[in-house]
Amino acid sequence: MSATRAEIVVVAMAEVFRGDGEIVASPMGLIPQLGARLARLTFEPDLLMSDGEAYLMTTDGVVEGWQPFRKMLDTIVPHGRRHVVMGANQIDRYGNQNISAIGDHARPKKQLLGVRGAPGNTVNHRTSYWVPRHSARVFVESVDVVSGVGYDNAAKAGPSAQKFHDVHRVVTNLGVFDFGGPDHAMRAVSLHPGVTRDEVAAATTFEIDFTGTGTSREPTDEELRLVREVVDPKSLRDKEVPA
Amino acid sequence: MADKRTTADDVVAELKDGMTIGIGGWGSRRKPMALVRAILRSPVRDLTVVSYGGPDVGLLCAAGKVKRVVFGFVTLDSIPFDPWFGRARETGAIEVTEYDEGMFGTALSAAAQRLPFLPTRAGLGSEVMRANPGLRTVRSPYEDGEELVAVPAQHLDVALLHLNRADARGNVQYLGPDPYFDELFGLAAERCFVSVEKVVETAELTAGSPVQSLLLNRGSVAGVVEAPRGAHFTTAVPDYGRDERFQRHYAACAKDLAAWPEFVDRFLSADEGTYLSEVDKFEAEAA
Repeated sequence: MSATRAEIVVVAMAEVFRGDGEIVASPMGLIPQLGARLARLTFEPDLLMSDGEAYLMTTDGVVEGWQPFRKMLDTIVPHGRRHVVMGANQIDRYGNQNISAIGDHARPKKQLLGVRGAPGNTVNHRTSYWVPRHSARVFVESVDVVSGVGYDNAAKAGPSAQKFHDVHRVVTNLGVFDFGGPDHAMRAVSLHPGVTRDEVAAATTFEIDFTGTGTSREPTDEELRLVREVVDPKSLRDKEVPA
Repeated sequence: MADKRTTADDVVAELKDGMTIGIGGWGSRRKPMALVRAILRSPVRDLTVVSYGGPDVGLLCAAGKVKRVVFGFVTLDSIPFDPWFGRARETGAIEVTEYDEGMFGTALSAAAQRLPFLPTRAGLGSEVMRANPGLRTVRSPYEDGEELVAVPAQHLDVALLHLNRADARGNVQYLGPDPYFDELFGLAAERCFVSVEKVVETAELTAGSPVQSLLLNRGSVAGVVEAPRGAHFTTAVPDYGRDERFQRHYAACAKDLAAWPEFVDRFLSADEGTYLSEVDKFEAEAA
């Protein structure tokens, strides 16, 4: 069985949760959800996941807890036993993310969602990002509105902003990235099979550190079976990540 | 004993230009839309709207009622962006106070507890600090010495909520899976008005539902409006889910300035009864 790009991406997304243990996984968007569910069905069985509304659900679809929005914001997020994967309209070299607005905040060219929970997420617990189309429009020199806090801004804001700050991974249709470069600059951890460094460099405004970059791993046979038969039998993944 | 039953128009008659209005619910979920529609019919303006925003914010922006929005997001949930809020932002028609979602709740909590501020970590290092130059930090007097955001109390002149049930005295109940932040909106406000799907006898509130579903007691509720389908087109589960078809119609009309006047004429220019009957006709045509 040979894996598609979308299947490589789902496995790479599952890997983002490796080692998380018994915490709340909050995957926003289709691919993060597929990845989190795959992780829970394989190497991270203790992850807690919601139905996207107010219930925590087991892998069998049984309600195992109550997690309304107020509980999420008053205790789950500040308590810190959570790993969120958010989307991003823009990300910069130091992991600042924007989902609020494009242009000047006072009068934006394009109003987006608003900062939502990104400021609180990023200073309270592990945060990762999912970018379905890796492009120079997303990976910019500096974001227009800092919604999710990056390493430079956390440092400027002081120890209370840094204490629990942990921007973990960025997964895109081209590869997996972290902020392990000099001064927490973005670094390519792995590129998906068939993706070249030139391709990534051309789709990124700033320079990316390719020191130690590997190749994203192939799914195991069991992972492929789970993705194709259990987690995403309708292949919705192919719409988000074309082959 | 006080009978607090009133009407949407009588509630809105209490609003004054320039007031700060908190609107309960979350995104396109359990919004007091019948009360919002009553505001659209009224002459009130220059409102500061405090909301986990959805189509409530969009419609008030469309009608030019808004001076400032205090928000963490504005979304229609199944449609990411509200077109009227986007237009109001992009044309500079409104001012904003943009908070992190958690900070927003913290601001209401501070007001509910009559505290000047509450500390939080959320907001540090983000645009929230730069876009709100009045925001200050506070340093812990304890050994940790941590410097945190001092979120100022968000007082409300009036809170408008929509829940599932209430009695005539103002004990109110939600029956869905999530209370959202409605309790905090109610407690942060000078006066809290609640619309409900159905007004029932007090004993009926707990006859078939757990006591934990009683979100606000009558001590903090000034008026109760019976407004069946009063959250339409947002969700009010278990009474009904979101009217996705109508929401798509709203969003399509809101995107297209040429189509908007017809939407206003048909749905928003008469009373609530007309609104609901036009919605029924719209559904029948579309079916």
